[in-house]
Amino acid sequence: MAKMNMIAALNSALEHQLERDPNVVIFGEDVGYFGGVFRVTAGLQEKYGPHRVFDSPLAEGGIAAIAMGMGINGLRPVAEIQFADYIFPAYDQIVNEIAKLRHRSGGEFSTPVTFRTPAGGGIKGGHHHSQSPEAQFTHTPGLKVVYCSNPRNAKGLLTSAIECNDPVIFFEPKRCYRGPFYGDPHNVPTWNSHPDGEVPEEYYSIPLEQADVVIEGQACTVIAWGAMVHVCQKAIEDSGVDCELIDLQTLVPWDRDAVVNSVKKTGRCVIVHEAPKTSGFGAEMSASIQERCFYHLEAPIERVTGWDTPFPHTTEWDYLPSPERIAEAIRRTQEE
Amino acid sequence: MTERSTVTTTPYTIGVAPFRPGDEPSFGGSFKEQPEDLGRPDPASCATEDTAAHAKGLIRVLTDDGEAKGEWDPNLDAETLIQGLEYMMRLRIFDDRMMKMQRTGKLSFYMRSYGEEAIAIAQTMALKEQDWLFPSYRQPGAQFVRGRDMVSMICHCIGNTEDNVRGRQMPVHYTWREGRFISISSPVGTQFSQAVGVAMASAYKGDDEACITWLGDGTSAQGDYHYALNFASTFKPPVILNVVNNQWAISTHVSLATGGRTFAERGLAYDIPSLRVDGNDFLALYSVTQWARERASAGLGPTHIEVYTYRAGAHSSSDDPSAYRPGNEFECWPGGDPVERLRDHLMNIGVWDEKKDKALAEKIDAEVMSAYKAACEFGDLASGPYPPASTIFTEVYETVPWHVQEQREELGK
Repeated sequence: MAKMNMIAALNSALEHQLERDPNVVIFGEDVGYFGGVFRVTAGLQEKYGPHRVFDSPLAEGGIAAIAMGMGINGLRPVAEIQFADYIFPAYDQIVNEIAKLRHRSGGEFSTPVTFRTPAGGGIKGGHHHSQSPEAQFTHTPGLKVVYCSNPRNAKGLLTSAIECNDPVIFFEPKRCYRGPFYGDPHNVPTWNSHPDGEVPEEYYSIPLEQADVVIEGQACTVIAWGAMVHVCQKAIEDSGVDCELIDLQTLVPWDRDAVVNSVKKTGRCVIVHEAPKTSGFGAEMSASIQERCFYHLEAPIERVTGWDTPFPHTTEWDYLPSPERIAEAIRRTQEE
Repeated sequence: MTERSTVTTTPYTIGVAPFRPGDEPSFGGSFKEQPEDLGRPDPASCATEDTAAHAKGLIRVLTDDGEAKGEWDPNLDAETLIQGLEYMMRLRIFDDRMMKMQRTGKLSFYMRSYGEEAIAIAQTMALKEQDWLFPSYRQPGAQFVRGRDMVSMICHCIGNTEDNVRGRQMPVHYTWREGRFISISSPVGTQFSQAVGVAMASAYKGDDEACITWLGDGTSAQGDYHYALNFASTFKPPVILNVVNNQWAISTHVSLATGGRTFAERGLAYDIPSLRVDGNDFLALYSVTQWARERASAGLGPTHIEVYTYRAGAHSSSDDPSAYRPGNEFECWPGGDPVERLRDHLMNIGVWDEKKDKALAEKIDAEVMSAYKAACEFGDLASGPYPPASTIFTEVYETVPWHVQEQREELGK
């Protein structure tokens, strides 16, 4: 075990992959010599060479297409989209091409591409460095969608994503790169003192499709992913309610059994995400939970999300689900 | 080249097609460019600027009289040339038969390669069998060169039980792994930049492979075209990037596709050697592709080619060009008909005659008919059988995830 923040943990996952599989190549904007604007690929070019870890021209649509072609011809590319907000020039290549290649070619071609991309708010990034566009990809058959939340699962999930023969969109909550974010921007601890900052140095993987029960409880199920997992922890503490907290980790395919079993037990459910509410992945989960747990529900399913507006700059704390808003929703589920 | 036609109005300059229905088209008779105008630079030492004249001019080998001339003559033996003619005739006859099927309701849709048969056929013949093909929808002829069975192609077009893509794609959206022929995609141009990635992987692995890709003059407006050129210029992988300038993107004439110079000349700015070739000249097409392949083999990276041609037929079975261009425009095209030009050349050099030609056409026609009948044994469009409904749910992922499996069970098939 070693103390790692999320950046070091992701770097470690990438390094193991470069070491284990000669067909793994890593590229994207600024990922080579400089090691990425968030430093996730730091040192990898120096160690593995510029043919395996390199800077690409600044064109997300080109990055996605190149990755697809490389994947068709036997490589296992890991492409970085510098901010999830910048993934949209690549949307056609991802949604129409990469996601559908296996199906539309009758299984004759496929491409095992992984797109890593920092997502989410809390860094004063305004509307173009803060979005969390997971739902734009969960609606695309053929893609797997993963959202890590801490150094331990970041490393294990990224390993599985790269090794997966299906294309994967891997979201990294940039607010949590250096420490868990509990909703208070003035008090962000480091991963150093957090149990999930203890990361095995050796290779390991965490299966996709598996949620993580972060806190066990009996009175209410709280479901979140990314940075919101930690905000929910704070909210649960503040609420004084005996909550079960589930970190979904993989959104497609999601661990419905873990969620359904928990909601059947608690009878109450709060879903939290920082993306806008309308057509957010919380809507899909809420509908599925209602289908499966209708006779167990003791209260309406609550959703606490970002607003249906562009992501703001200086007022981002009023945009992101706060511990207060989440705690209120938890309390509402407890009303008779 | 044909000058761009425009009307100046306020506040924009608007490109216009030179001729519309009712006009008497004329492209000035024959091409002014002649086969001996342009030399063939050494591919192993050629710099981009050495191709400036080739990007602006027009590489030709066949004269208007059907003679092969100039440095670009690939000096192919008669057997290869006859093989090329056979593939082109096969594609034309195949297309005509498929179009008849579409018109009688036996295919939902079809796209012919009429007037552009030489392109994919000559270019694929000039490549090695391990080279990757990333075509647009008007290069199905490459499959004949690689030996794909016509029954399999027709089964795909019908979408029956033997369709290798299981009824998932529209007709003509061929996929053929064995021939390294990527799945055709309707969003045009996406294959162009993917091809650069394929070629980068070949270079990474040290394999002697090149990747060839094609898109149209209209599609060259897409970002994917420019991504491809810029990434190819930056990483110099063994890729051959072709813009098939066939004058028409459905009803949009090339005058509206660009205000720039020739398409080939765009490549010069990316420091990619760039050639402009008569797309109806089998020999010239073969030759420029061979030249580009030699550059790829020598580790010199990409070549950019404008294939100058004319879309003789409709865009697709859903299109009616009489609504936007004169019906006799193709007859006036200086490049003529690519099949007739190669046939004339073969007759010129004394290896072909009317009798052989007629016999070959009849043989191919019979083969196409028999392939069609054989394909219908596996299901026709009207009554099937089609691939089982369960194929909706398979190959979305490597293994079927629970949510897709549940939906399959919900359908109950």
